[in-house]
Amino acid sequence: MNWTPLILTLKLASLTTLVLLLISIPVARWLAYTRVGFKPVIETLVSMPLVLPPTVIGFYLLLAFSPDSPLGLLLENWFGLSLAFSFHGLVIASVIYSLPFMVHPIQSGLSSLPQSLSDASRVMNKSYVSTLFRVELPNIKPSLLTGIVLSFAHTVGEFGVVLMIGGSIPNRTRVASIAIYDEVEALNYSTAHQYSLVLLALAFLVLITVYLVNGGFLKRFWR
Amino acid sequence: MIEIKISKKLAGTDGIFSLKIEQQIQTGQLITVYGNSGAGKTSLLRIMAGLLEPDSGSIRIDSETWFDSKQGINLKPGRRSIGMVFQDYALFPNMTVRENLMYAARSGEDKNLVDQLIDVVELGKLKERKPGSLSGGQQQRVALARALASKPRLLLLDEPLSALDREMRQKLQDYILKVHRFFKLTTILVSHDVGEIFKLSDRVMQLSNGHIISYLTPAEMFSQRHLSGKFQFTGEVLEIKPEDVIFVVSVLIDNHLVKIIVDQETASTLAIGDRVLVASKAFNPVIIKI
Repeated sequence: MNWTPLILTLKLASLTTLVLLLISIPVARWLAYTRVGFKPVIETLVSMPLVLPPTVIGFYLLLAFSPDSPLGLLLENWFGLSLAFSFHGLVIASVIYSLPFMVHPIQSGLSSLPQSLSDASRVMNKSYVSTLFRVELPNIKPSLLTGIVLSFAHTVGEFGVVLMIGGSIPNRTRVASIAIYDEVEALNYSTAHQYSLVLLALAFLVLITVYLVNGGFLKRFWR
Repeated sequence: MIEIKISKKLAGTDGIFSLKIEQQIQTGQLITVYGNSGAGKTSLLRIMAGLLEPDSGSIRIDSETWFDSKQGINLKPGRRSIGMVFQDYALFPNMTVRENLMYAARSGEDKNLVDQLIDVVELGKLKERKPGSLSGGQQQRVALARALASKPRLLLLDEPLSALDREMRQKLQDYILKVHRFFKLTTILVSHDVGEIFKLSDRVMQLSNGHIISYLTPAEMFSQRHLSGKFQFTGEVLEIKPEDVIFVVSVLIDNHLVKIIVDQETASTLAIGDRVLVASKAFNPVIIKI
């Protein structure tokens, strides 16, 4: 069995999760506390990947990344980046595709904290940043874990977006889910089985970790 | 001297009303804010703390201006030298008792103060515990100590004792009085409990619909009823029961249930849940040594 598709999948999922974590914390915090009128518009945009067929996202991103589009041209000329059919393009597409899976848990975690906690921190002359890192985030660890794990798992499981934007270039964009499809098409059922089984086990492990941790089962070992 | 002169439109349960407060408070005093729910008590505290911005007016403490709408001054909550105890205590669940206090302290040099405060509220044994594992009374003491860790001049207490039982309340009232005197604070306390107000406060600010309707000493305020009674207690009506031509009213005073006979006219003015004053003229008191 060729391990590169699996390694590529894990690399893509880890990088996507990391980028998502950095982006989603400020976005989720803003969404949790803001009272501006256009908040529903932003919430809708963040949630769009939940309902859109992945191929739609992939299609538009492919158009945007192509050297014929203004964005693609700009990236090509200024940064020398060609995102279509590249690993970087996959990361960007995955970030957009999994955005709601990171933003929603963090946002609902922050909204469920009593307002008095951040008020108390403000009275103690603490900035928004230190309130965020020392009071708010430490008290929504289960939400953070849920966000991290769900975005990771969702990225591992994506197919349509990757196929549209990355194609199936070995060692570059041929992630495990695509590899399975290719192997089945080539009637290599045994290889397809191996990839599938690894993904199945990974999904099970990842999800059971969340439920064990958030359900408090593992807490007794940490005290 | 603290000078408050503010107005703010607030959304209450019966629609929008305006909070208009104009009052001078002598520093070093303990002031109770008293009034129906929705009268603007918590909003007044939040405005003092800088968590809520008034529409117009000014707040000055001694020569310092905390807020002035004309000059565009609005000091951040952290710059106002305030300690605040919230109704739900707002202890940080991720930090131990000591860490909660350390977080509130201005800088590392206040370590001694933190330890001193832990001693004052007698939490030495619990200082490494997280708030979630403490009782309501213990959490309240942590919140009180934490509010003092930044060496505030003004202590704001938003109904801090309302969730506690009577015995615990009395103990914590002593702590509040102790720290108020020990740290020479000006304290503003929101409270509904007449006994608590009598015990703690120098002045009572009575609010109704966003306005101050009186600013008196507790004795002045609660003796306005001009009774010649030598004994008087406040309680809550639990039951009104007609019996032949009279009515028996059960009143809860402290933990005691007292039955009082009233005529029909008086009974018709009472409803279950009313706060009442029970007074007796002292012509024949019985004293028994216990």
